[in-house]
Amino acid sequence: MTNIYERLVGIVGEGYVSNQKEERYFYSRDPGLTTPHEPDYVVMPKTTEEVQEIVKLANKEKIPIVPKGGGLALTGLVVPQRGGIVIDTKRMGKILEVNEKARYVIVEAGTTHGVLKSYLEKRYPHLRHSIPDSPPIATIVGNAVIHGQGRLAQQYGFNSDLVSGLEVVLPTGEICRIGSCSVSPYWFSKGAPLPDLTGLFLGWFGTTGIITKLALRLYPCKKMRDVMLFLIDRGELVPDIVLKLSDTEMVEDIVVNFQPLPLMLRENYNMLIYITADSDEELEFKRKMLWDTLWEYFDNRDGGFMSLPPIMKPPYLAMPSKDTTRFADVKKGGGFEYSGPIIPIEKYPVFVTKTVELASKYNLSYSTVGRVIAGGHCMMFAFAFTFNRADPDEMDRVRKALHEAAEFSIEQGGIMWKPNVDEQKMIVERMDPNTLKIMKKIKQLLDPNGIMNPGNWDISA
Amino acid sequence: MMKQYAEQIHRCFRCGYCKFPTDYSDFNCPSYARFRFDTYSTSGRLWLIYAWLQGEIEWSEHLAEILYSCTTCKNCVEQCPMKFANDIVDWIVAARSDTMEKEKGRIPPAVSSFLEDVYRLGNPLKERGRRDAWANGIKRYETGDEYLFYVGCLGSYDESGQRMARSVATLLSKAGISFGILGNEENCCGNEVYLLGENELFRVLAEKNVRKFKELGVKKVVTLSPHAYNTMRNNYPLVSNTYFEVYHYIQLLRGLLQANKIKPPRHNAKVTYHDPCFLGRYNQIYDEPREILQSIPGIELVEMERSRENSFCCGGGSGNFVTDLLAGSEESPSRIRVREAYETGAAILAVACPSCMIMLQDAIKVEDLEDKLTIKDISQVVSESL
Repeated sequence: MTNIYERLVGIVGEGYVSNQKEERYFYSRDPGLTTPHEPDYVVMPKTTEEVQEIVKLANKEKIPIVPKGGGLALTGLVVPQRGGIVIDTKRMGKILEVNEKARYVIVEAGTTHGVLKSYLEKRYPHLRHSIPDSPPIATIVGNAVIHGQGRLAQQYGFNSDLVSGLEVVLPTGEICRIGSCSVSPYWFSKGAPLPDLTGLFLGWFGTTGIITKLALRLYPCKKMRDVMLFLIDRGELVPDIVLKLSDTEMVEDIVVNFQPLPLMLRENYNMLIYITADSDEELEFKRKMLWDTLWEYFDNRDGGFMSLPPIMKPPYLAMPSKDTTRFADVKKGGGFEYSGPIIPIEKYPVFVTKTVELASKYNLSYSTVGRVIAGGHCMMFAFAFTFNRADPDEMDRVRKALHEAAEFSIEQGGIMWKPNVDEQKMIVERMDPNTLKIMKKIKQLLDPNGIMNPGNWDISA
Repeated sequence: MMKQYAEQIHRCFRCGYCKFPTDYSDFNCPSYARFRFDTYSTSGRLWLIYAWLQGEIEWSEHLAEILYSCTTCKNCVEQCPMKFANDIVDWIVAARSDTMEKEKGRIPPAVSSFLEDVYRLGNPLKERGRRDAWANGIKRYETGDEYLFYVGCLGSYDESGQRMARSVATLLSKAGISFGILGNEENCCGNEVYLLGENELFRVLAEKNVRKFKELGVKKVVTLSPHAYNTMRNNYPLVSNTYFEVYHYIQLLRGLLQANKIKPPRHNAKVTYHDPCFLGRYNQIYDEPREILQSIPGIELVEMERSRENSFCCGGGSGNFVTDLLAGSEESPSRIRVREAYETGAAILAVACPSCMIMLQDAIKVEDLEDKLTIKDISQVVSESL
């Protein structure tokens, strides 16, 4: 293995390869509950060509490779289950191009959401991208690969839906362009009018190749943004309310929280409704339309808008939301993990009930979050539980609760988002056999030696 | 000391906010920017310290290098969204302190040498000569003088530091301030010793300095270095009864300009200012240096992309201006910082700290910017315009 180290040094330089215990320890885990497993090497390439050389070496020597961005999925997707080489992509952080007219940006693999947000705000303030609530170190590529969602998910869908082109290093070392950029200098489409080959890589968690460049759609950035808080105490009404809000086609984002804290909102479903506008008149008009849309619930005394004092708004409006991260330390424990199935919105109430039941059963602190996706076609629902990293018993209880949550999700017709290895198995067991067959063929074709993030989407059997 | 943090340190979620400035425009943790392994970020350090405390990893040279490459610049404290944010640097210092006890002799040689030199020679610069060789007629402190001008190790021995000290002394004299220096009786302030975790040596230094000040009847101390200002203001009270007031010279200078005791004439120059961590994030002194520069007619002050609480550390904190654990790369913080300063179009990069001065001066040489950018202390910008 010393030889491998030297060859990696030959590719990226001595300062950017480590086989030392400290890096192997840190890169063996993520902030969630997945059992750690150490890599043999951590390497930080700077260019696509360096990635290519690493992949060729690994493929020749049959060494596992795990590409890693921010490593914030919480479900262990960057834990090197079979050791090998972790490729930390964050040195590849250039924003290569913004096409204002076609509204897309091309970024390198390690570009973070934080850096892109800042870049657009300063240089292209009329444009924005869909920012997830994960911390700003989350990478654009990592988020797209796991089908992440951002602030524009209600309007435009998963962040993977917003991809408009890829450059990929295949497991056998070829560099391949996907989408319009395979034919044209423009990266305006990930598929149409061609066959959409991005599906060979998005959602595969790095098991079919390493994305080295990605084009992402940008959207108009309105001058004003506001949040309204609608409270209701009957969960069964939430799906209809969500759909009514979505029907207005005036809402940027809809997030529904049900959680024990803060106390003033306890026992209520807190619907955060985000709106944007270019003028006071437009903003006021939208507010009025939303009031009118939900008036019947107010009239029936089922719910109402809560006036948010100015001091309460900034945390809700912050992108990304630091409050999401703070959940980890609600009980001074430093950890949380969630099972986040994608569900039909009509199922929302039973998922909340199940979360409360699991929290009670396992004596855990919980939070639930529902984010509406693509105009209400589905919702991401998070069963979220905090844990104390210094309390193995509590960590074990959270693992059990999340496992039960995943089983429940599947029974109810949901599918786990960014599933951990066990949840991937649950999904595969229920998958249409012919679909699974296609996945196996794709995997075998692209990664004949099985070097890419082995253990994830393990469908070879 | 370990007990104070050992039960808390697991609370880091490794979310990574600590790597950024407020607007997320770039990586703002100097050691992470330099090395780029997550282990060199604050969360990496905290997770490794926790693993070490739990016995999951053993002490090693590499772990020591990771632990001591933190410049304690407090960017992480500024950015961490958690309630324990204010404790982070204390945790790192406490871990260093533990290593002094538990891993004697297994800290980076440069750090070990730094501490030994302070212990043996009273300075980390291996200097055996007189501390007042720079003073050239500046009088010793006498009881009744309003201020003791504490110049510190860099002001005493480093050429750039000495120029800064002379410049400040000249301005104070011109303004009619009664002050004196300790000369050869001055000792190291101990700021870096404290941050490197050598508690006992720090206590000795602090007590010795306070005793000396007391003997001489010092009521007000004005420091050349923000490091000395910080430790006398914030750390000395932890080990000794500090009855005296502490100022950084920037505070005095602003007052003198406001009172028209110094009247700089026109000086046409485009200037950018680098916030030292120990004035800025440690002590919230952001406006005063800018007010001084803007009070000079003809000075155009332009800000770097990262400034004030988001300032990017020069990499010199925690003794790195001597130990230089972050050197050797174009991603060394001081080199990144001078490139950022150059991008503003400024002709002068103004500083208010001798550590920043030497770090950035070295960097402009390596970056070949000597003809394009001049590093000057704020007192020099003022005094040269007189």
